[in-house]
Amino acid sequence: MSNDPVFRNALSIGVATAVYAVSFGVLSVAARFSVLQTCVMSVFCFTGASQLTFVSVIAAGGGVAGALPPALLLAGRNAVYALSLKGVLSGSAPKRALRAQVVVDETTAMAHAQPTLAAKRRAFDLTAVCLFTAWNIGTLVGAVAGSGLGNPRDYGLDAVFPAVFLALLAPQLRGPEAMRVAVAGALIALALVPIAPAGVPIIASALVAVPVLLAAGRRRARIVVGQAPEVGQ
Amino acid sequence: MSWWPVIALCASAYALKVLGLVVGDRLDRETSERWSLEIVVVPVLAALIVIQTFTTGQRFVLDARTPALLVAAVLVWRKAPFVVVALAAAATAALLRLVA
Repeated sequence: MSNDPVFRNALSIGVATAVYAVSFGVLSVAARFSVLQTCVMSVFCFTGASQLTFVSVIAAGGGVAGALPPALLLAGRNAVYALSLKGVLSGSAPKRALRAQVVVDETTAMAHAQPTLAAKRRAFDLTAVCLFTAWNIGTLVGAVAGSGLGNPRDYGLDAVFPAVFLALLAPQLRGPEAMRVAVAGALIALALVPIAPAGVPIIASALVAVPVLLAAGRRRARIVVGQAPEVGQ
Repeated sequence: MSWWPVIALCASAYALKVLGLVVGDRLDRETSERWSLEIVVVPVLAALIVIQTFTTGQRFVLDARTPALLVAAVLVWRKAPFVVVALAAAATAALLRLVA
C-alpha cells in the first residue's frame, strides 16, 4: 500500500489537512463551542473552509445569522463538485449518501486527476478516508490540547494546497478547450474577489464551462441524427 | 453555545452536497456524455488555485505563496512526484517567511 502513489498522495494531503484541523479545533473552542460540538462539526459538516469561517465569525461576535451565510457560500462549491462526480458517486443509495458527505476540494481533485473511472473511484475513496481521519483527529487534538503547533503559515502549509491542486489539475488540461476553460475560470474568480463575498468567485467560475457543455450537447444531437459517433473525448 | 448553530451548519452543508448529486443525476438522464459534466471542475480548481495564492479575504496579495506556486508549477511541468511538489511549495513559502 505504501508503494501505491495514489495512497501516498492522499496521505500527504491528509498530513497538511491535519494541521489546519488543529487550528480549527483551537478556534472553535475559543469561539465557545464545546469539544463535542467542535468534533460533531468536523464529522458532519466536513468542509474545512466553511467550518473555519463559521467559528471565526462567531468568535468575532458576528452571531449565527452572520456566520451561516458566508460558511454556506464557501460550502456551495461542493454542490458543483458533486455534480461533476456523477460517475464516481455511484452505487447503492446508502453508499451514495455516505460518499456525498466526503465531496470536498481534495477528494474531487484527486478523483478527476485519474485517467479511468475505476481509478477515479478508488482515488476518491482513498483520499476521503485519509482526509476524514486526518481532519477529525486534528480537530480533536486542537479542541482538547489547544494550539501547540503554531500557525500553519509558518510551515508554508497555506502554499501547499494551491500547489497540490495545480498538480491535480494538470492532467485534466488535455487540449486547448480545457486550458481555455481553466484560464477563464481563474480570471473570472479574480475579477470577482474585490466585489463578491468569499465563496462566490469560486462557484461563479464554474459558469465558464456552460458554453463547452452546450457545444458538447450540440455535438451529441448531431450524432443522434445519424452520424458516426466520435471516438475519444 | 447552543446546539442549533452546529446542526444548522452541518445540515445545510450536507444538503448542498446532496443537491449537486441530485442535479447531476437529472442532467445525467438528459445527456449521456460522461466527460462533459466533468469539465465543470476545471475552472473551479483553477479559481481555487489563484484565490488561495493571490488573495487574502477580498484583497489581492503578493507574498511567499506566489514564488511557492511558481516553484510548484515548474515541478508539475517537469512531472515531479506529487509529494515533491507539495513539500517544495511548503519549503519555499516557509523559508521566504523565515528570511523576511
